[in-house]
Amino acid sequence: MFKKSTANDLVGWLLASPLLVILALFLVLPICMIVAVSFWGATEFSIYPAFQFENYQYLFESSVTYAVFFKTFLFTIITWFFCLIIGFTVAYFLAFHVHSLTWQIALFLLCTIPFWTSNIIRMISWIPFLGRNGIANQSLMSLGIIDEPLEWLLFSDFAVVLAFVHLYALFMVVPIFNTMMRIDKSLLEAARDAGASGFQTLTNIIIPLTKPGIMIGSIFVVTLVMGDFITVRFMSGSQSANVGRLISNDVALLRYPSAAATSVILLITVLITIGIMLRFVNIRKEL
Amino acid sequence: MTKSNSTKINPAISRRSLLKSTAATAGVAIGSGAITGFPTIWAQNIKDVTLRQFGTGVSNLNEVADKVKEDLGFTLEMTALDSDSVTQRAATQPKSFDIADIEYWICKKVWPTGNLQAMDTSKIKNYDKIVGIFRNGKLTPESVIAQGTAPHSVGFVEGPGGTSFVDNESGWMTLIPTIYNADTLGIRPDLIGRPIDTWAELLNPEFKGKASILDISSIGIMDMAMVCEAMGEVTYGDKGNMTKEEIDKTIGIFTEAKKNGQFRAFWKSFDESVNLMASGEVVIQSMWSPAITAVKSKGIPCVYQPLKEGYRSWGGGIGLSSNLSGLELDAAYEYINWYLDGWVGGFLMRQGYYSAVPETSKNYMSEDEWGFWFEGKAAAGDIVNPQGDVIEKAGAVRDGGAFEERMGRVACWNAVMDENQYMVRKWNEFIAA
Repeated sequence: MFKKSTANDLVGWLLASPLLVILALFLVLPICMIVAVSFWGATEFSIYPAFQFENYQYLFESSVTYAVFFKTFLFTIITWFFCLIIGFTVAYFLAFHVHSLTWQIALFLLCTIPFWTSNIIRMISWIPFLGRNGIANQSLMSLGIIDEPLEWLLFSDFAVVLAFVHLYALFMVVPIFNTMMRIDKSLLEAARDAGASGFQTLTNIIIPLTKPGIMIGSIFVVTLVMGDFITVRFMSGSQSANVGRLISNDVALLRYPSAAATSVILLITVLITIGIMLRFVNIRKEL
Repeated sequence: MTKSNSTKINPAISRRSLLKSTAATAGVAIGSGAITGFPTIWAQNIKDVTLRQFGTGVSNLNEVADKVKEDLGFTLEMTALDSDSVTQRAATQPKSFDIADIEYWICKKVWPTGNLQAMDTSKIKNYDKIVGIFRNGKLTPESVIAQGTAPHSVGFVEGPGGTSFVDNESGWMTLIPTIYNADTLGIRPDLIGRPIDTWAELLNPEFKGKASILDISSIGIMDMAMVCEAMGEVTYGDKGNMTKEEIDKTIGIFTEAKKNGQFRAFWKSFDESVNLMASGEVVIQSMWSPAITAVKSKGIPCVYQPLKEGYRSWGGGIGLSSNLSGLELDAAYEYINWYLDGWVGGFLMRQGYYSAVPETSKNYMSEDEWGFWFEGKAAAGDIVNPQGDVIEKAGAVRDGGAFEERMGRVACWNAVMDENQYMVRKWNEFIAA
């Protein structure tokens, strides 16, 4: 008995080892390196091993850091909110209003069409659309809704959030749709038989049961937005900054230790955020 | 482009064309080896040589690589990056390149790493014809040397393996100058509708939401300084080497302007600046000469406006990796000599840049092109860019005029300062503000 279980243990460990090795090599090791380098020093063109807190000290003393982290959270929360509304609505429509499976699959695939081109192309294509002389402004002006072109359409925080929502809404649709499809339809019928209104069914049955999907989608959106730098750079015309841009600027100027320190803080922030989110829903249990 | 090349006679082509034919027909290698003075083995192996060059987009052009293959027989691999990435690679990945096409201020930053080797000027055939700016710093004997990292001040070291710059023509060059220009603000005259004559206009509230500046700290700070000085807000000891207080004041003025919505966007790459200007998002901004040309070739009016305070100038050159030796090093010298021989110079000058050895470039330009681009004369016929698009109609005159007039009015050179680290941090704050 005892012997058999150790053999099983061994097989289990062996089966898990490829994943373990991959994670250790490509996740744990790089993160350890980043943490180590964040204590190093930098000269104009080189970095040297050291153990100093200068990078962190500068980070925490600079008002820019706080402003930029605040901005990052702001982008995250607004994007998350709109992605949730859009994602939930689309998933709800697909799961409960479209009754044939064929149509559900067809419409779902339709949602993925934008993913056939790259992230950056989808983002940049907004620029001529939103510009001062772009299609949006010209249409609005010819319709007589506005007299002067709207300046805030492009190179603004509005443009950044718009691009984020466009890029990441699908990450919300997919997991929510997935959990919705697994809701037992007889529950909905039972609710209606018991006299619940549509809204009551939504709040008492559908939302509680799709919580894990919402949470998985939220984690996707939050991590993607908090780690982004290129969308913010292009859509704000380099005028806004989030933490990702701070890091990319540092990297571009060869200040790796400083970039590493910012990355470590960002990593901790994201982990705490996700930790808080997971307090609301126990994904493991619900799945 | 091709027309003007084929009609010109290259006085120095004989040796190279011989080399080329040698490479093609290995049978006559012995004979030609005697004629060219190169060892036979060199001529035979030249075709196998591949040199890896990287640099900013301005001069890393595929046309140049194609022409090298045609004229010299060896392969030149080009990688174009932005200024920051160029500096980064030159400083941290010395094995990833053979030839670095960098700016002089980047050279000041990168040279101490020892990743580049000094070049023997006695092997540079046209060395004596290189303009004075790159040798003693003076365009003409009367010229005053501008502020900033003037090319000649980081152009020479004391000998092979030298680590510190010397202020005389020591015979060992850090970079062989290839390309340079005098930069100023680009404007859309049709959308501004009045004369612009000072750098201070960049922050004029009249252009609120329609101005732009480039987001490359080491260059952007100089444009900022030109503006602040023109406004009379800051007086600089040396714009190319500011004190902390000067940096604070300069960035402070621009941060305030940014918060007031003066800027539409900042740009980092050449294409972005072209798009901003062509789309009318921006009517006044820091710009580079070929970007103006690119906007014009779309049929959109755009002027590289000369300003009374003078130009902010920059210069680039090619440096050799310290890993280069033997056959590759010989090929690199051959490439440098070819570079200064005129074809590339003509190619670059037709985009609005200047060549380090203008007199050889003249051989590869038509008389009208030379008159327009270099002498500041009115164009007799249409002026086309190297891609063949018409950019100026007959009768047009180059913005800023002749070579001496433009390069003679340089107020400062792109620079890297003693307080660079501090400046970079402040720049980051400006972008994040």
